[in-house]
Amino acid sequence: MINEHMQVVFDYPDSFTDVVTHYCPGCTHGVIHRLIAETIDELGIREKTIGVSPVGCSVFIYNYFDIDFAEAAHGRAPAMATGIKRSLPDRIVFTYQGDGDLAAIGTAEIMHAAARGENISVFFVNNAIYGMTGGQMAPTTLPGMKTTSSPNGRDVELQGWPIRMSEILAQMPGASYVVRRSVHDPGNINKTKKAIRAAFKVQLNQAGFSMVEILSSCPTNWNVSATQALKFIKEEMIPYYPLGDYKVADAVKSLIVG
Amino acid sequence: MTKELWKGNEAIAEAALRAGLESYFGYPITPQTELLEYLAKKMPAMGRAFVQAESELAAINMVYGAACAGARTMSSSSSPGISLMQEGLSYIAGSNVPAVLVDIMRGGPGLGNIAPSQADYFQLTKGGGHGDYHPIVLAPSSVQEAADLTYGAFDLAEKYRHIVIIAADGNIGQMMEPVELPAPRPIEKKDRGWELTGNLGRPRRIVTSIYLQPEVLHEHNVKLQAKQVEIEKNEVRFAEHWLDDAEYVVVAFGSSARASLTAVKWARAKGIRVGVFCPVSLYPFPYARLTEISKRVRAILDVEMSAGQMLEDVRLAVAERVPITFFGKMGGMVPFPDEILPEIEKMVEKK
Repeated sequence: MINEHMQVVFDYPDSFTDVVTHYCPGCTHGVIHRLIAETIDELGIREKTIGVSPVGCSVFIYNYFDIDFAEAAHGRAPAMATGIKRSLPDRIVFTYQGDGDLAAIGTAEIMHAAARGENISVFFVNNAIYGMTGGQMAPTTLPGMKTTSSPNGRDVELQGWPIRMSEILAQMPGASYVVRRSVHDPGNINKTKKAIRAAFKVQLNQAGFSMVEILSSCPTNWNVSATQALKFIKEEMIPYYPLGDYKVADAVKSLIVG
Repeated sequence: MTKELWKGNEAIAEAALRAGLESYFGYPITPQTELLEYLAKKMPAMGRAFVQAESELAAINMVYGAACAGARTMSSSSSPGISLMQEGLSYIAGSNVPAVLVDIMRGGPGLGNIAPSQADYFQLTKGGGHGDYHPIVLAPSSVQEAADLTYGAFDLAEKYRHIVIIAADGNIGQMMEPVELPAPRPIEKKDRGWELTGNLGRPRRIVTSIYLQPEVLHEHNVKLQAKQVEIEKNEVRFAEHWLDDAEYVVVAFGSSARASLTAVKWARAKGIRVGVFCPVSLYPFPYARLTEISKRVRAILDVEMSAGQMLEDVRLAVAERVPITFFGKMGGMVPFPDEILPEIEKMVEKK
């Protein structure tokens, strides 16, 4: 019971629903969901935000958010978000996509949404693996990394190289804000939240396409403990996928400060 | 109102605008490209959304998004592009949102050619994408009918929260005919209780087609099927010519029906009592009416610009009551009246 001597210091964001998670222990999808929900609350945009969910582990993201949501076909979230945004230009539209969704089956849709400068925000969760189907090689799986479809480790001679999407999309003239962040420790979680806020602010100012790539953990399919998974992000993923701001267009620089 | 000379593709586009089309998403493909070009010219100036997508796959998923947002929306394409759109059509059907699609059919399979064809009958009427659903499929046989069906397609799509496909062969898209276009309608905005607009002052809404529990997905499908039953009950459309005293009947739709009409006129002049039955709704197919007709004629000739796709539905309706002969042309070839007339005569000789 809360009395006059107590105060609430931690609670569900208003944009969250009070349901039990379906994510595995140690998975950081939940952290990223929370950062988005907190940001929606803080910007006061809950009642005008429409989310588009992907295919993959986060297919059920709409269960956790108290906002309108549409479920896209695999990889097509940016196209669907385009249809929604063009119909309702004054609403805030975001997609939440994994690496298989955005960097493999949906590469055409994400590239062209960025090329058009589509005024949507994209949260790209890169955990270097297909989680929902049980740990197959992703377009972002690291060289040498073992998965169920690269059981001897990703052989770049046979299976090619992982794709760095932020670096690619940053080259699009239509992209206004493209950054890579990580959620492997509290400092980086805070930085990720600031980037999510910046992405929404770019959209609120009709300033074009924004994407935050977020390095995320998958202890279950990486076959490691939750803490080892966070260590893997820091020591293995970040060297291949350096954190940083890949594109902050001049027109949106003033929106990013603070 | 006076009649004006319109090209099929452009008449369809103008009819869609007059029906209150708010957004269009498409990809160039012959022989439908004038439709996209017409809207590219008109829509931005009207403050309506026009997007040339990166593929038909993206275009139909943009339509899916716009439909979720409650907009009057459509795409158009031709056969190979429609094949690519089947993914999105399945999602639209599974999610219960309304959308209109125009297919200006060309020769296949594969890249085929750009000449007129009716060989999309299977992929349009039998679902095309995965899962249990049939889009409403309407086949015009003139430019006037193409414009009229397009104009009414949006109301129909919204009534059932379903896909309506205008299935016109390349002839209808490319030819010019005198047309009286319907009057422009204002865009009406009202909340119908399902569209995604942001949850201001109401509980959140979710548009999805995923139901992991088999029992729940079964129940979802039961509801979708109930909708199909309603459509089959209410939306059957066909045209009949000289059937009152007919001993023989030609069944054909679209351009094939136009050519058959001329051939039947010639056959009548030769004293053959033959008529034409022209399905306009390919789904729902007019089974009941064709069954009735098959009970009072001696034989049936099916004419198509395919290897005989509608023929399967004709057989279902006729159920071996009378002989059915088939005349089909493929590869973008159009059956001409002077080719159909001998087929009518052969049908009569056989009896």
